[in-house]
Amino acid sequence: MSVEVVRAGVLTTLQDRGRGGCAMLGVGAAGPMDDVAPRLANALVGNASDAAVLEITLVGPRLRFDEAATIALTGAEHAAVPMWRPVRIESGTVLDIGTARRGARAYLAIAGGFVVGSVLGSASTDVNAGLGGLDGRPLREGDRLTIGPAGQRAREPQPTWSLDPRPWFDADPAIPIRLLHGTHYEALDAASRRALFGHAFRIAPDSNRVGFRLHGPRLALSAPVEMVSEPLVAGTLQLPAGGQPIALIAEHPTIGGYPRIGHVAAVDIATLAQRRPGDIVRFAGIDLDSAQTRYLERERELARLIEAIHERLISQATQ
Amino acid sequence: MSGAARRDPAVEPLGETALLLRFGEGLDPAINAHVHAAAFAVRAARLPGLIDIVPAYATLALRYEPAAWVDANGVQPWRNLEGAVRAVLAAPPAQASIAPRALEIPVCYGGDFGPDLALLAEHAGLEPGEVIERHTAATYTVAMIGFAPGFPYLFGLDPALRMPRRASPRTHVPAGSVAIGGAQTGIYPSDLPGGWQLIGRTPLALFDARRDPPSLLLPGDRVRFVAIDAASLAVRDSHA
Repeated sequence: MSVEVVRAGVLTTLQDRGRGGCAMLGVGAAGPMDDVAPRLANALVGNASDAAVLEITLVGPRLRFDEAATIALTGAEHAAVPMWRPVRIESGTVLDIGTARRGARAYLAIAGGFVVGSVLGSASTDVNAGLGGLDGRPLREGDRLTIGPAGQRAREPQPTWSLDPRPWFDADPAIPIRLLHGTHYEALDAASRRALFGHAFRIAPDSNRVGFRLHGPRLALSAPVEMVSEPLVAGTLQLPAGGQPIALIAEHPTIGGYPRIGHVAAVDIATLAQRRPGDIVRFAGIDLDSAQTRYLERERELARLIEAIHERLISQATQ
Repeated sequence: MSGAARRDPAVEPLGETALLLRFGEGLDPAINAHVHAAAFAVRAARLPGLIDIVPAYATLALRYEPAAWVDANGVQPWRNLEGAVRAVLAAPPAQASIAPRALEIPVCYGGDFGPDLALLAEHAGLEPGEVIERHTAATYTVAMIGFAPGFPYLFGLDPALRMPRRASPRTHVPAGSVAIGGAQTGIYPSDLPGGWQLIGRTPLALFDARRDPPSLLLPGDRVRFVAIDAASLAVRDSHA
């Protein structure tokens, strides 16, 4: 079966869990901006965690289903369908995802998964490099998305339950984003070190999948840092000469020559990814041990929940 | 600019899912050789949970899944990984003696393919032909690949050919352009914006995602440039 893209939305891309092993060749991970919501969407339709999903940015696509299907929508709040649960879509339905009410990125999984060729080990779209997904580009009008065969469970009647999204989705800009000190944090002058954690930053309009430009107090080094290009990761907070930091995310360059003043804790990247241009970001300090402990706790919680969802789907199918 | 190469690197976290190993500072071929030897050794050790091994000039990043390094004693995963990496690097470099790959890159210098050749010659106080002679005489090392998929940063440029980047970068540099930026030379793998001085063009595809490996050049490779004429470039183009 296939799904037709009647309207593409602002920026809708196919993403699995991202690309690994090619950063040494200048090919970054790409993958979803929010790395939690897509895994839960896949679980809710009985897919593996790494099945390709649609990443929907702010204004979603309009999709025509020529056969019945089961989908799940997680992440940014949309009114199109009940979220955080499996939803049966009847044949012939035209589903308009519409505009997000809260949050920035929603994830649509479909039972059976979107069938996407693997490029360098991943289906993820890297828009900048023009790799993966549909010829390395976002969806556009007229595209037909092929759907893989769904398991038996997905054909069962709709459940009456849904996940509580609260531990996994919070678009409240008041929540601080935890930040580890970067290699060049100590090179900031004293006022900038205070400002980084004491002041709010605002996400600039020209933010994208590469990173969020943060407008706020101008940060300065106490003396210039002599450095050559070094590797970068998702979460790296770079400080270009202008003094306005950039938080790198999914499509970040693999290497760069700006000072790294911090790293958004990997466990908080999903929260940051749900902020919109114009939203506030406040940073709270966290040390490496605490960040790693929280990351592992989150991953264990997520694994338990995904297991519980699978069991629920099985018991429902056998009732 | 450069310091002494450290066999035992300093370790800096890049957040809680990556470690940066620092072997020194600056643009130094000896330090960069340590980076490539370490990348080779870490890859050969097949440590669990490593997602990406990213060499740069003087540093090597290891992106990893912390869950793969949890132990029963409550030691933080990053400490366990750091310990394992230090053990790998402390072992005698048994395989690091494997000779690096050597590749030749055909280049059509000057004209439309190298619009900055005359400017660079003037900057260097040389004839364009002498620039080509010097650029083809050297053996280069791929210090790292980045900026775009398959873009090699090459060490080994004749100091006489150094030239600062353009004050205003071009919005469109054609794929295959061979260029000089400061003390480095490189090749644009695809049509990109860029500020380096363009001295020639190669018909070779630097990056093709369908190829294995997708990048023509790999970190640590040795490279020489060979001058070809425009007719050869056109012939190769028509076969592409």
